[in-house]
Amino acid sequence: MLNMVVVLTTITATVGAILGGVYKLTEAPIAQASARAQEEAIRVVAPDFDNNPIAESDTINSNGQEIVVYPATKNGTPVGAAVKASSRNGFNGEITIIVGFEQDGTIRQYRVLSHGETPGLGAKMEQWFRTDKNRQSILGKHPEKTNLTVSKDGGDIDAITASTITSRAFLEAVSNAYNAYMNKPIDAMSGSSTRTTPDTNDNEGDEVVDALSGSTTHTPNDTTTQCHNEEEVMQ
Amino acid sequence: MLTYISIFITAVFVNNIILSQFLGICPFLGVSKKIDSAVGMGAAVTFVMLLSTIVTYLLQAYLLTPFGLGYMQTIVFILVIAALVQMLEIILKKVSPSLYQALGVFLPLITTNCAILGVAILVIQKDYSLVESVVYAVSTAIGFTLSLTLFAGIREQLQLNDIPKAMQGIPIALITAGLLALAFMGFSGVKIC
Amino acid sequence: MNKFKIILNGIITENPTFVLLLGMCPTLGTTSSAINGMSMGLATMFVLMCSNVVISCVKDFIPDKVRIPSFVVIIAAFVTVLQLCMQAYLPALYQSLGLFIPLIVVNCIILGRAEAFAAKNNPFDSLLDGIGIGLGFTIALTLLGAIRELLGTGRIFNLSIFPEEYGALAFVLAPGAFIALGLLIAFVNKLKTR
Repeated sequence: MLNMVVVLTTITATVGAILGGVYKLTEAPIAQASARAQEEAIRVVAPDFDNNPIAESDTINSNGQEIVVYPATKNGTPVGAAVKASSRNGFNGEITIIVGFEQDGTIRQYRVLSHGETPGLGAKMEQWFRTDKNRQSILGKHPEKTNLTVSKDGGDIDAITASTITSRAFLEAVSNAYNAYMNKPIDAMSGSSTRTTPDTNDNEGDEVVDALSGSTTHTPNDTTTQCHNEEEVMQ
Repeated sequence: MLTYISIFITAVFVNNIILSQFLGICPFLGVSKKIDSAVGMGAAVTFVMLLSTIVTYLLQAYLLTPFGLGYMQTIVFILVIAALVQMLEIILKKVSPSLYQALGVFLPLITTNCAILGVAILVIQKDYSLVESVVYAVSTAIGFTLSLTLFAGIREQLQLNDIPKAMQGIPIALITAGLLALAFMGFSGVKIC
Repeated sequence: MNKFKIILNGIITENPTFVLLLGMCPTLGTTSSAINGMSMGLATMFVLMCSNVVISCVKDFIPDKVRIPSFVVIIAAFVTVLQLCMQAYLPALYQSLGLFIPLIVVNCIILGRAEAFAAKNNPFDSLLDGIGIGLGFTIALTLLGAIRELLGTGRIFNLSIFPEEYGALAFVLAPGAFIALGLLIAFVNKLKTR
């Protein structure tokens, strides 16, 4: 009896010690691997940059979803951003993507980071939405000028064959990313910010105030302004 | 409440543990010749899955995560499950011999049932709360029992058929399981909330 | 026993998938493509070889009653080592195999070989047995993965054989896994009776 306990304890203790050692050894490579994967994804989707987007990233929590904005700047001027966003309405759970935007909000490139979609069906989203065929591609489209919903719902994008649910979820994630990227100044202005690293840019905030009052048209929110004007005309 | 119903429906029908996640195939093929034994196995799995998920969840939340021992997860979980099964066997033998008679033979098989360990790890990966984990474990076990019982029913009928020699036993069982999985695919995409 | 025979025994006579019918969960769950099947086979082979050698070395010190728990702890240790190494050096593969890596612990093949072979033989023979059974498992998984990938998407190892439109998608999905494996085992049975 005692023998049994001693043997089991020895084995478990030895194994625990060995594993602790292996864990210590692999801890750094694991962290590096995930950081590298993140950096590579940002480099692929975002416009050419020379800053450190991960260090300057902003985490925004909206409706319990975490959206991370990685701003890209070149020689000090902002050139766009990579945005990590997700949708829970996938066919089989959450879809997380990273989308790169030009400064004006045009979609530059995307990568799917993680998903549980069916191989051969929903999993095709990794290629589908950047294949230039029919109306599949979302690259080079501007979310304000293109209706980023599937054609079945009256949008401008062709859904993946037999995977409308995945397509909807994917486009929802893209829209989430776009909104997070574009609403940035408004959020900063209202002061009800939930982001972790505050980097309020006063100039941007002012521009939006102008945009809302309808005097400038060079901000991302110009479409809203135009709509507003049109309504006034109609009235 | 809606979350729980959604977890339930998903675990039982849409992502059935056997027919779409491929966990627990060994008992699925091994203990499905008779409906009676299938129901017994299902009950035993439900019991162990519920208990082990609660225990492993608490261990993960209050021992492994706070002390940064996440890498010990696999070892701790499998030991907990093995110990639980042993304990259950001893307790059942003492307390309720009739229940032991019914479930006893299935208990040793459960330790190496990957569905149990799979669910214990999945609830951690999915970041469920304790209540959600419990609902998930029970629903998964119900899904397991459901497909196991359905399958046993089909196999009982199959015995009366004239099957080519090479196809007898496991091959025809696997093909039948494939057709059952095809039927369960009809649930895919079903969603509440 | 002839050393070469031990390896061949694992690949053909006692092929874990087609003859012993063990380890069905990863066999069905990870073979949606040939490359995934092969990776899973190699991962299992690694754990099998290590656990076989270690168990064969320590078998004399372990009392009979705690044999199984001790074996399970040793196997789980190697699975965790594999998990950590894959996370560090092959993160993409680790993600695509997902849950099935920690579940190698409960793969009946490994505990089965520990009991049936490593607990009775010397470390070197156990290593050979690990290689043989591991190769048999890897070959079976790669074959099944290749068949499913070909019938489902028209590709093998991502090489296009015929246009994707002609593939039967069901083979990549769950039902195809069961049916393809069923037919494959039936085919092996047929060959055996010849």
